[in-house]
Amino acid sequence: MPVRVRIPTPLRTITKGAAEVSAKGTDVRELIEDLERQFPGLRERIVDEGGEIRRFINVFMNDEDIRFLKGKETSLKDGDEISIVPAIAAGAAPSDEHHEARGRSQPERT
Amino acid sequence: MKLPLTEEAIRRYARHIVLPEVGGVGQRKLLAAKALIVGAGGLGSPAALYLAAAGIGTIGMMDPDAVDLSNLQRQILHSMKDLDRPKVFSAQERMEAINPGVKVVPYHAKLSTENAPEILREYDVVLDGSDNFPTKFLVNDACVMLGIPAVIAGILRFDGQLYTIIPKKGACYRCLFRQPPPPGLIPSCQEAGILGAVAGVLGSLQALQAIKILLGIGEPPAGQVLFFDALPGEFKTIRVGRDPACALCGDAPKITELREEGEVCVL
Ligand SMILES: [Zn+2]
Repeated sequence: MPVRVRIPTPLRTITKGAAEVSAKGTDVRELIEDLERQFPGLRERIVDEGGEIRRFINVFMNDEDIRFLKGKETSLKDGDEISIVPAIAAGAAPSDEHHEARGRSQPERT
Repeated sequence: MKLPLTEEAIRRYARHIVLPEVGGVGQRKLLAAKALIVGAGGLGSPAALYLAAAGIGTIGMMDPDAVDLSNLQRQILHSMKDLDRPKVFSAQERMEAINPGVKVVPYHAKLSTENAPEILREYDVVLDGSDNFPTKFLVNDACVMLGIPAVIAGILRFDGQLYTIIPKKGACYRCLFRQPPPPGLIPSCQEAGILGAVAGVLGSLQALQAIKILLGIGEPPAGQVLFFDALPGEFKTIRVGRDPACALCGDAPKITELREEGEVCVL
């Protein structure tokens, strides 16, 4: 059951730069296990200690948020596409010096 | 609102007016509209230029920072002469130079739980181009509470995300991401970076989405989520429904007043 998995930029360090990988599983839970076998360290980026999908990450099967399907029990078939999508928020590069300063001075109260 | 367009306006906006979906009626709507842009950076720059050029009557621009040389790689509102100047003022000058018919309101401040309600309630749509999660969550929360549409964008390296939030009608930012990522679990800030033109794509999409919302044209925007991956050159648009369990816009909301999310490593 090869399923195509889209890997977001922040996790590509673990997939050796690959933006798309192939993995197997009859459901999302098995798929994550297979991803971990292929790319050790990937699982803990996607799920927490309790095995739940992390709160700042969304997993989409084809065009559906798996939370509105059956979550990790969402079944997969040949040719499905899984997208792993974390929240991203960079508008300024970290080298922009004000940026670090702002992180430290927060919270601002006047 | 009912005022006829001037001769000059008809010439300036001729390419809008000729579109049946816009027309004179639509252009008058834009001239009467008020949009707030949070962040005069890589996303806010193209968004501001297009909104000003489109004749959005009132454009608020909010940013606490001054122009730094490293900004000019992508923040096309600002120039060498603006170094060390507050971004909101170079933004204002640039927008007014393009279109003196628009009113630009600069807010040289950081969005906070204190100033968000009074500022945001003045606007018909809010564009978030901020570079940090606390501001994104604050824009989302305040817009949902006030019932204002919001267009939130995020960029990183070669990736972009666009979220269109129509309060109570589709997923809000918190339906999707219940809280900001904690530090350490994702690659450090040092690995971040952004190709300038990627910011240009997403900021332009924000302006486009805001204009569509103001005109009421196109696919219903509620819960629209767009992902852009520049390296393969792929766009993907999906629609996500409101999460009934959302702490903010769900059936039994737990968040009933604005709160500041902790500052974390910016992804
Ligand atoms: Zn929500």
